[in-house]
Amino acid sequence: MTSIASAGTASGNSNQTWLLLLLKLRTFIALILVFAFFAFAAPNFLSAANFVIMSKHVALNAFLAIGMTFVIITGGIDLSVGSIVGLCGMVAGWLILNGVDLGIGYTLYFNIFEIFAITLFVGVLFGAINGALITKLNVAPFIATLGTLYVARGLALLSSDGATFPNLVGNPEYGSNGLSVLGSGAFMGIPVSIWILIAVGCGAAYIAGRTPLGRHIYAVGGNEQAAALSGVKVNRVKMFVYMFSGFCAAIVGLVISSQLVASHPATGETFELNAIAAAVLGGTSMSGGRGRIAGTIIGAFVIGILSDGLVMMGVSSFWQTVIKGLVIIAAVVVDQAQQRLQAKVALQQQAALSKQEG
Amino acid sequence: MNDLSYNEEHQIGLKVRGATKVYPGTLALNEVDFDVRLGAVNVLVGENGAGKSTLMKVIAGVEQLTAGEIAVDGKRVQFADTRAAAAHGIGIVFQELNLFPNMTVADNIFIAREKTRGGVDIDSRSQQAEAASLMKRLEHDISPDALVGELSIGEQQIVEIAKALAQDARILIMDEPTSALSAAEVEILFRVIRDLKKSGVGIIYISHRLEELILIGDYITVLRDGCITGSRSMAGVEVSWIVRNMIGAASKDFSKSLTHQLGAEVFRAEDICLPSKNGGFVVDRVSVSLKAGEIVGIYGLMGAGRSEFFECIMAQHPMCTGKFYVDGKPLDETSVAGRIERGIALIPEDRKGAGLVQILPIRENMSLSSLIKFTKRGYLSIKKERKAVADMVRDLFIKVASVENPVSSLSGGNQQKVVIGKALMTNPKLLLMDEPSRGIDIGAKGEVFQEMRKLAADGLGILFVTSDLEEVMSLSDRILVMSKGRVIKEFSQQEATEEQIIAASAVGHTTTSQKTAENRELQI
Repeated sequence: MTSIASAGTASGNSNQTWLLLLLKLRTFIALILVFAFFAFAAPNFLSAANFVIMSKHVALNAFLAIGMTFVIITGGIDLSVGSIVGLCGMVAGWLILNGVDLGIGYTLYFNIFEIFAITLFVGVLFGAINGALITKLNVAPFIATLGTLYVARGLALLSSDGATFPNLVGNPEYGSNGLSVLGSGAFMGIPVSIWILIAVGCGAAYIAGRTPLGRHIYAVGGNEQAAALSGVKVNRVKMFVYMFSGFCAAIVGLVISSQLVASHPATGETFELNAIAAAVLGGTSMSGGRGRIAGTIIGAFVIGILSDGLVMMGVSSFWQTVIKGLVIIAAVVVDQAQQRLQAKVALQQQAALSKQEG
Repeated sequence: MNDLSYNEEHQIGLKVRGATKVYPGTLALNEVDFDVRLGAVNVLVGENGAGKSTLMKVIAGVEQLTAGEIAVDGKRVQFADTRAAAAHGIGIVFQELNLFPNMTVADNIFIAREKTRGGVDIDSRSQQAEAASLMKRLEHDISPDALVGELSIGEQQIVEIAKALAQDARILIMDEPTSALSAAEVEILFRVIRDLKKSGVGIIYISHRLEELILIGDYITVLRDGCITGSRSMAGVEVSWIVRNMIGAASKDFSKSLTHQLGAEVFRAEDICLPSKNGGFVVDRVSVSLKAGEIVGIYGLMGAGRSEFFECIMAQHPMCTGKFYVDGKPLDETSVAGRIERGIALIPEDRKGAGLVQILPIRENMSLSSLIKFTKRGYLSIKKERKAVADMVRDLFIKVASVENPVSSLSGGNQQKVVIGKALMTNPKLLLMDEPSRGIDIGAKGEVFQEMRKLAADGLGILFVTSDLEEVMSLSDRILVMSKGRVIKEFSQQEATEEQIIAASAVGHTTTSQKTAENRELQI
């Protein structure tokens, strides 16, 4: 059947097929263009040191954007990720510096792996709160996550009275040293945070493409009622996406604390907007049902390279903001064009088929 | 085609000539000629999918004709939107109410035509006064300040009519206005219609209740499969004439030739009740038993509680009481997934809204309910999935260019087959089909029905809901007729006649109180 269709379209509409391919690869093409432009325009852009720095910047946004992509595919939004980043940083900092006072004249200190686990758990917990508000209490995702945005940020500020937890080197006696590996360590010349990004990215792409859960995420976003009637456990799917988003935010919190060897309660402000921008740039549809992890990661790279490149060229940060906005708008406009063309091509294939059958 | 024996006292207000409307995959209207006479009730009747609603949408400016023309008072017109139609005095009361439940009656009546002072400030006092006078004219004491969401469906219908009247409609389209009304409300509506007639309004009246049509109509036009099959003055028209023109002399081939032995009971429902929001029951003590290989048709008018009964089986209503059994064992699962696992599959009425995820590919839609079959230790084998989908596409003769195209690129009939394929991939024992032929063309209908016969022969129990008389007559081994939430009567295939089925489906809708005694007799 497929061969009939491709034969039918290849003869008449090869131009259209090419155009569609170009549009599908648009984020990738944008990445190449941005890269090529700065390779010429910005000094030292092509140096290895610059790549390491840029990739570290990009990774932070990419983690959040991966989690955000799942949430947006289900038709939701998660505004709380930036605050969860801040809170998780503070949790890690608190555990390293102060431990947990058990109230019996005894303070419990954890080793670094336990601290990682607890911090990730806090991120997942906030995601679960978001999910429960949305599925059990029927709060709109925008409002529910706006609420947890404030709550998490407030808790982060309360934890230190707004001060920074400095010098988080840890104590080798308790095994709580080694936080800095996440942020500044490298393996085979590639930063540890990039390795983690590769792992999380591959895991997320696997879930999206090769598991029933992934399929259910797309179905819930495409048509919640039809999904429910098909036996998809809609609430469970939604719980998962928000918890995964919280998990990604916790990773970012740890990485930033590790890079700075300190944690500041205001860390992560407006990160959620960058994550949404990366997802949208990568072709994720805000109305749900459509989006790819690979696209999102490329989108994060486009945004990251754009802002770092502009800095290197000495463009004012005010102009950078304007340019970033224009790029996002352009991406969505092109996306709409692609959707229209894609629908047209599919209809033409179908029409060609009925013609053949008489 | 038109045996025009009209009494010439009624002037023609709107003329439709050669109207043709093509949707992707279907010919909804085929060279239709239709006249609307002022000061009279012009009845339009036909089965679901005959093109009534499409014709009305064209007249009201919701849709545009592919070919043909419309003339108002002899002048050719073109309606780009409902506003243009309204400017020519055409108002419509939609089958699905188009009201804003969060706004007041007066706000709804004047929506997008607000009475203002200086174009800015809404003159709510004069709006309320006019709304009140409209309500008086319609003999209802609905307050103009009441929220529409708090009104009963019948009252909302009255608000819709008031909305049309407020635009000085000279031609008023009513699409199944009585489907949700109680007997008393119907009486009032008929009084309003007679009153409107007297003031020279031409009414286009669409309904499935044939007795009602004969009672209120002056002229009748019958549509079948997008063509006019009869058009005359109402004098002397009988139900049998209407039915003949609706269904046609030559029966469509629905292939009931397959005969096979019925197996053991696969499904039983006992005393299913679903309380209604407005008191009473939407589904009222319904009990059904179904054998393997049996096809049972449930016939009834809109609002008879048929779809709700299916939704109860599919665990959509936690308030539902009663017991279900599959293969003699109670069906206690409360989740849809659990019930699918027990062998129940639903093909919903609303294909777009509830059956398919339009933006996903055909393949992903079809496997959505049965992904677990292709999954091993968390890994979903796309290869196995693709093969199973390809097999199903072949078995059901689905015409697809590529299974990777979005399902929205298919015609209605092929989309329906994808939904059927999705249900079959879960290996069901009981197939629930809600209006399986809605919105698909004749050819696809025949194929869907053949498939149903074949599945039954393979031992599947099929329970299907339809508002199409011919469909229920020719497909079912047994026929249940529902009205107002209750099963009124059960027929075997041999004993059922069209007249009996129609009579049973109207039980509870008739206006006189003696009829209730009759109902009790009819009940089994």
